[in-house]
Amino acid sequence: MTTEGNNRSRVLLIGLVVAAVIILVKLFYIQIVEDKYKINASNNSMVYDIIYPTRGIIYDRNGKIIVSNKVTYDILVTPREVTPFDTLMLATTLDVSPDFIRDKMAEYDKNRKKIGYQSMVMLKQIKPETYMKFAELQYNFPGFRGQVRSIRDYPVNAGGNLLGYVSEVDQKYIEAHPGEYRPGDYAGKTGIEAAREKDLRGEKGYHIYLRNSRNQIEMRYKDGEMDKEAVPGHDIVTTIDADLQQYGQQLMQNKVGSLVAIEPKTGEILSLVSSPGVDVSMLADISQHYNEIIKDPHKPMFNRAVQAPYPPGSVFKLVNGLIGLQEGTLNMDMAYPCSHGYHFGNHKLGCHGHRSPLKLEEAIMMSCNGFFCYVLKNILENRKYKSIDESLDKWHDYVQSFGFGRKLGSDFPAELGGTLPTSKLYNKRYGKGGWKFTTIISISIGQGEVGVTPLQIANLAATVANRGWYKIPHIVKASEGVEIEPQYYERQYTMVDTTNFKKVVKGMWRAVNNGPGTGCTAAIAEVKGLDICGKTGTAQNPRGADNSVFICFAPMDDPKIAVAAYVENAGFGATWAAPIASLLIEKYLRGETSRPDLEKRVMEGNLMSRVKAYK
Amino acid sequence: MGNFSDRGVKGSIDWRLVIYYLLLVIIGWINIYASIHSENPTSIFDFNFRCGKQFVWILTSLGLATLILFAINSQFWRSASLPMYLFVLGLLVLVIFVSKDVKGSHSWFEFGPVKFQPAEISKITTSLLLASVMSQTNFKITRLKDFLLTAIIIGIPMLVILAESETGSALVYAGFIFVMYREGFSGWWLFGIGMAVLLFILTLTASPYISLLVLVGVIMAVGVVCSGKTGAVFWINLGVLALLCLMPWILEKTVKPDSFLDKVKPMYILIGLCVCAIPYFFVKGYRDRKRYISISTLGLIAGIALVFSTDFIFNNILQDHQRKRIEVLLGMKEDPSGVGYNVNQSMIAIGSGGLTGKGFLNGTQTTFGFVPEQSTDFIFCTVGEEWGFIGCFVVILLYVLLIWRIIVDAEKSREAFTRIYGYCVAACIFMHLFINVGMTIGLMPVIGIPLPLLSYGGSSLWAFTVLIFIFIALYRQEKKYY
Repeated sequence: MTTEGNNRSRVLLIGLVVAAVIILVKLFYIQIVEDKYKINASNNSMVYDIIYPTRGIIYDRNGKIIVSNKVTYDILVTPREVTPFDTLMLATTLDVSPDFIRDKMAEYDKNRKKIGYQSMVMLKQIKPETYMKFAELQYNFPGFRGQVRSIRDYPVNAGGNLLGYVSEVDQKYIEAHPGEYRPGDYAGKTGIEAAREKDLRGEKGYHIYLRNSRNQIEMRYKDGEMDKEAVPGHDIVTTIDADLQQYGQQLMQNKVGSLVAIEPKTGEILSLVSSPGVDVSMLADISQHYNEIIKDPHKPMFNRAVQAPYPPGSVFKLVNGLIGLQEGTLNMDMAYPCSHGYHFGNHKLGCHGHRSPLKLEEAIMMSCNGFFCYVLKNILENRKYKSIDESLDKWHDYVQSFGFGRKLGSDFPAELGGTLPTSKLYNKRYGKGGWKFTTIISISIGQGEVGVTPLQIANLAATVANRGWYKIPHIVKASEGVEIEPQYYERQYTMVDTTNFKKVVKGMWRAVNNGPGTGCTAAIAEVKGLDICGKTGTAQNPRGADNSVFICFAPMDDPKIAVAAYVENAGFGATWAAPIASLLIEKYLRGETSRPDLEKRVMEGNLMSRVKAYK
Repeated sequence: MGNFSDRGVKGSIDWRLVIYYLLLVIIGWINIYASIHSENPTSIFDFNFRCGKQFVWILTSLGLATLILFAINSQFWRSASLPMYLFVLGLLVLVIFVSKDVKGSHSWFEFGPVKFQPAEISKITTSLLLASVMSQTNFKITRLKDFLLTAIIIGIPMLVILAESETGSALVYAGFIFVMYREGFSGWWLFGIGMAVLLFILTLTASPYISLLVLVGVIMAVGVVCSGKTGAVFWINLGVLALLCLMPWILEKTVKPDSFLDKVKPMYILIGLCVCAIPYFFVKGYRDRKRYISISTLGLIAGIALVFSTDFIFNNILQDHQRKRIEVLLGMKEDPSGVGYNVNQSMIAIGSGGLTGKGFLNGTQTTFGFVPEQSTDFIFCTVGEEWGFIGCFVVILLYVLLIWRIIVDAEKSREAFTRIYGYCVAACIFMHLFINVGMTIGLMPVIGIPLPLLSYGGSSLWAFTVLIFIFIALYRQEKKYY
């Protein structure tokens, strides 16, 4: 064993020496033999010139460019290389005040130890013309140089909130993405720019130059062999129709609210307006306008369409009706009376005047409150369930299967899920057994604890249009080099059978097309030949006048578009939301409007004075 | 080496090991200072910077070393090896669930400002348990039961560390095979593993055909070595092999495209021959009672299987970033900007050092932040750039001396426990050294593990200090028996 062991230990020692020799030979090779890795003159060193990639372009669904890039310049200064210069001349060339330059230089001087040989960005995003002037005189200012930088350019004014903005990364952002960014880099912060940052940004490159002992840049290192070219970002194709988006923005101008249109078959978002929004002209240089935007009392950065939890109002009756049909507590032949509302004890939940009793189809057409109180009552007092707790939670599950009370899972990073009550909530509020149907009666007409985003009710319209399923709404289309998550291709079924959906569509058709004077609620939305099916809603708003709500889709038999319009403090659903949605549909399907008067009224309508600003 | 210190003066410490250790630690500290050095002259003791922190780590490490040498009974290590092993294994598993994601790996415990990696300590506990198990008197590595036990002790922490996505640290455990070899494990296994790596690389870089030819050639050579004679069969086989080597070239020259012969690929012929030969050699091996023939045949089958599964392993089992690193290393893809960036930068830094280096604090590549992880995994770049080939030579030499001395001491030990533990220590240091330095000079793929004693970092320095000083303490105990 000992001799055998000694033998083996010798083998291992030889192995150790061989490994060390391999390393040393390779070291000898790269340090002494090969001069590929060497820089000849003793004091030379390399200078890295960062090449920024061009950011990907954003297209609309028809190939129209909605975001592209334009060239600007940054002025860089390497304080170590600066020699005394004519401050005034530099200031006039660069179009800044001499004090600005003096302050900057003083600041660099103070931090000179920290800065070392690094270059600092002194001025950002100057115009090409200014840069040209500077370039001519650059020899007067050693240590200063310009660097090309591309910034965002918006050829059409479509969807500021949707697109999001790009701005310089701050320390917090750099730390949140370790190894990906350095100070001076830009990144998408909201909207598509943020959601698709990884695709859009591309990869930085660099050119390596050699600096001689007098700190002058002499030549390309190794003729550029070790350089890295920047890789441009991927282009993104969105599902947005730029023309429709622009039209929608015009319809919503001077109103607060949202307008969302979805292609039902694909879940692709055709337009998504949040009003008031951020104008694209501010996006390119957001830091300049940031204070102005933040101070705006109507919070333009707040994307109402995917974030605001609004009471849905009567459009929610569709959901309750569908659940009733599925649970068997409602059928097409049941009729319920309504005498200006639903009476219970000394209270009543009021309704407008219409004939009585009604069946489901006409109850949808006329949006009868009383009828839908019975619908929810029967759902919640279903003998099938042991208690109202259980039946309410069942109801909650149904509603959730429509995409309410949770995030839909769209590709908006900021999407929120709204609110939806459970028995737990009511037990907490009223005590166990301390509440019954009449306590929570307001949820039968979409008030109370139900909060939905405009995107969610647009998705409801799409679900009804598809007779029972939806695809998760999304805004980015798959294109070359850009993939989208597979769930966007999958049909999402609700817990209600598809056969039951067919039963409510007729009511929605009649709500729009039954002819004026017959009690239908949305005659104003009718467009001959388009077969728009819709449902109005008028939701109470504790902060002033009621909100006007309308969801619809068209055409009835082969739906191409589903729309939700939500206008804050605008009154009845039929007054503002219905015409806005109807005009949008007509524009999309016909390309132009047949109702210029209505269009004019809507576009010129200014409801801002009714809206209380947030403080 | 028969000097007086070996002759058992009571409880003397092997001061040479301590000196190598101290030299390496100090070189590390100086280079960490240089690697973060900029125009801003900071003190090497400034606690705000890594060099100052490293100073604290060094002091605490020396404290640990003193504790191990003078306060802890060295018998403790043996008796506590199993509970310590299990405890650290528990930490290794726990860290997967509680740690933050650091560049894809889940291996760090964080307590406020203090971070540590259980994978570092696991090397120590695994070594101790290995030594304790393998030093039992009835232990024989050639017995299947004992071999499996060893494989499990090494394999479990290795797999858990792989699950933490710390491929580098896991690879270090492969070094324990050298310990197994020393303790009687067949050298053919080492040879086999080496061949497997060679075939894998050849299949990727050249072609499966060439790699199969090499396999057949090597197995024939083995046959000659084992039988000690070259019979007629051998010469015939050699002729066939030579013909097969020329086959692609001949076929290309003589056969017209689209003719029948064009469909005959050299590969098919080779495989056909192998398929015929395998049963023949099996029967022959059995009949002649020659084990080497049977085993070579098995080796041939395993080799063929490996060659044909290489693509699958490479494309389906390896993770994306690992595949890229291997592709770059083998020169299959030029990628000086992406994965190749680190290697390129580190080779520029080292290469620019030349013979004598640019001098202390005069490095430009390392201090301006072109080299990533310059004070941790790529600390060797600073050595290479500022001290040149001479500096690198000295550092490598110190490591070789350290490992050499540990092995020599281990061989001198009377107790198997000390000897085996010593080999474990040597294997760990060697693996770290070869992988880390190999990575910075483009010999190995980019695998992030620290350079022992030199790299910045408390948990690594502590771990290697404890690893080495336990051996020094054990060896010192040994001498008391003389």
